[in-house]
Amino acid sequence: MKSMLRRVLMLLATMLIVSFLTYAAFELISGDPAEAMLGTQATPARVEALRKELGLDAPFLVRYARWLLGFFSGNLGVSYSYKLPVAELIAPKLAVTLWMCLISFIIISVISLPLGVLSYQSAVGRFGWLHTTLNQFFMAVPPFFTGILISWGCGVILRFFTPGDFPDLHADPAGALRYLFFAAVCIAIPRVAMMLRMMRSTVISEMEKDYVQTAISRGNDRQGVLVGHVLKNSLVPAITMLGQTMAEIVAGGIVVEQVFGIPGLGRLLVASIANRDYPTVQAVVVILAFWVVFAGMAADLVNQCIDPRLRLGGES
Amino acid sequence: MKKKMNGYLIAGLIITCILAGLTILGYFYTPYDPTAMSGAAKFQGPSMAHLFGTDNFGRDIFSRVLKGSGTTVFIASCTVLIGAVAGTAVGAVTGYFGGIVDDILMRMNDALTAFPSILLALVVISILGPGSELNVIIALGIVFIPSFARLTRTAFASIRDRNYIESARLMGAGSARILLIHMLPNTLSVLLPAITIGFNNAVLAEASMSFLGIGVTPPDASLGYMLSEAQGMFARAPWYALSTGLMIILLVFGVGLIGEGLQRLGKEAKY
Repeated sequence: MKSMLRRVLMLLATMLIVSFLTYAAFELISGDPAEAMLGTQATPARVEALRKELGLDAPFLVRYARWLLGFFSGNLGVSYSYKLPVAELIAPKLAVTLWMCLISFIIISVISLPLGVLSYQSAVGRFGWLHTTLNQFFMAVPPFFTGILISWGCGVILRFFTPGDFPDLHADPAGALRYLFFAAVCIAIPRVAMMLRMMRSTVISEMEKDYVQTAISRGNDRQGVLVGHVLKNSLVPAITMLGQTMAEIVAGGIVVEQVFGIPGLGRLLVASIANRDYPTVQAVVVILAFWVVFAGMAADLVNQCIDPRLRLGGES
Repeated sequence: MKKKMNGYLIAGLIITCILAGLTILGYFYTPYDPTAMSGAAKFQGPSMAHLFGTDNFGRDIFSRVLKGSGTTVFIASCTVLIGAVAGTAVGAVTGYFGGIVDDILMRMNDALTAFPSILLALVVISILGPGSELNVIIALGIVFIPSFARLTRTAFASIRDRNYIESARLMGAGSARILLIHMLPNTLSVLLPAITIGFNNAVLAEASMSFLGIGVTPPDASLGYMLSEAQGMFARAPWYALSTGLMIILLVFGVGLIGEGLQRLGKEAKY
């Protein structure tokens, strides 16, 4: 319990640093939002009035605190280019992106966890080099390239979905999720290869440990030891790694959304960067970073359930 | 330490040398001008005249791929150089001296890992302004500093208290000499594979950013930007996307194999 509490506190601290860095970075560059909103024709008096109205005359830390409080109460500021509240702009896109990340995460877990353990025998065998080579190859496949191939193969030829025509998430959830599934596969391919590579080295180093050798010398067969003992012990690093994968999924998602024409946070982010729409960029970046931090913590909590040593604050 | 080449290293070196040769060739000579348009030669399939075919403007794709991979490789190399040099400097100093600076930098590092690398690069690029090759290099370079710093910090901290370092210190060697001459060579087994991984991440990150249209912009072709062009004409000229995509994959695959080989060399050297 105590270690969980510490973890949550650390999560809050990380989120605070992340949001502060983002806020500070954009404060430094964005110049004067009042001037940006009024254009170059505005009189100094009007700019000054708007600055007061927007609260820009307050010191930096006060503005940051206000922005952070606003962030958690759903007030993310007003977009420069759409003249809409950022929260309104983001809300429908947030769900789409989170679903895509989640589906991709599930694909990665469902494929790599069992396969990582089951492929151990053949990976240390004569064709181990083939595993390594295939891993390296698939790690090199950029999601946007598979995206082009899949949206053409499964979309245009096989007609599983219509590329560029994303169904509304509320009106047609099944169609939308099917569309997202293909995008999620593209993100998952290099990540699965990376997970398998990491799982294999974990399992191999675990198999060399004394308890495994003891179990085998007492007459257990290798496969039984693998599934009965090694699997559970390899799970903790694997889940930590899965948690970290969320960062890569989000990164892949930004590009894949562009390929498939999915109206998610990634496309909004790219458009906002091009338009120098800083309030929107700021909000999207912080939301995505929070989501990544949150995934890392979820992985830690799951690990504490699996490994009692972690619950007592020890190292695995 | 006996150096033994392994299969991964050899295969990786062969692939990388071929691609590097082609890329360097592309700086000096391409069969056609990569930007020259030709109305007569639109959407031609691969042939002896046009190895990878032509695109919607009749531009020779083979020439474009050579030129594009030149841009991509140049950006990735500069990025890794910035990341590795600055990251190693930070990691070496913090790992060797420890203390409060170490604590603060590592906490910052933890927070930075919450940003996926592309997201961080996008933040930096939106600050610097999109569309310029130099800004892409700076953005990605900054992004790669923390991971190198973390890695070298661990490596330097682990050999800080070894006897030979103590001896060097007792003989009056200065910190700079110890760090550069005594410690740095002993961290190469960690650093070299990290550089290959960093290079690959840089290639993929640059390609992603240019694909999104906020990295390198025309007329400087980069592989990522070319792929985004190719997506629009996939039905009529699939060879454009395929040759560009395969070029990225082979580049990353080759260097990845080198990294794998180096890692195995490093492991063998430990025992």
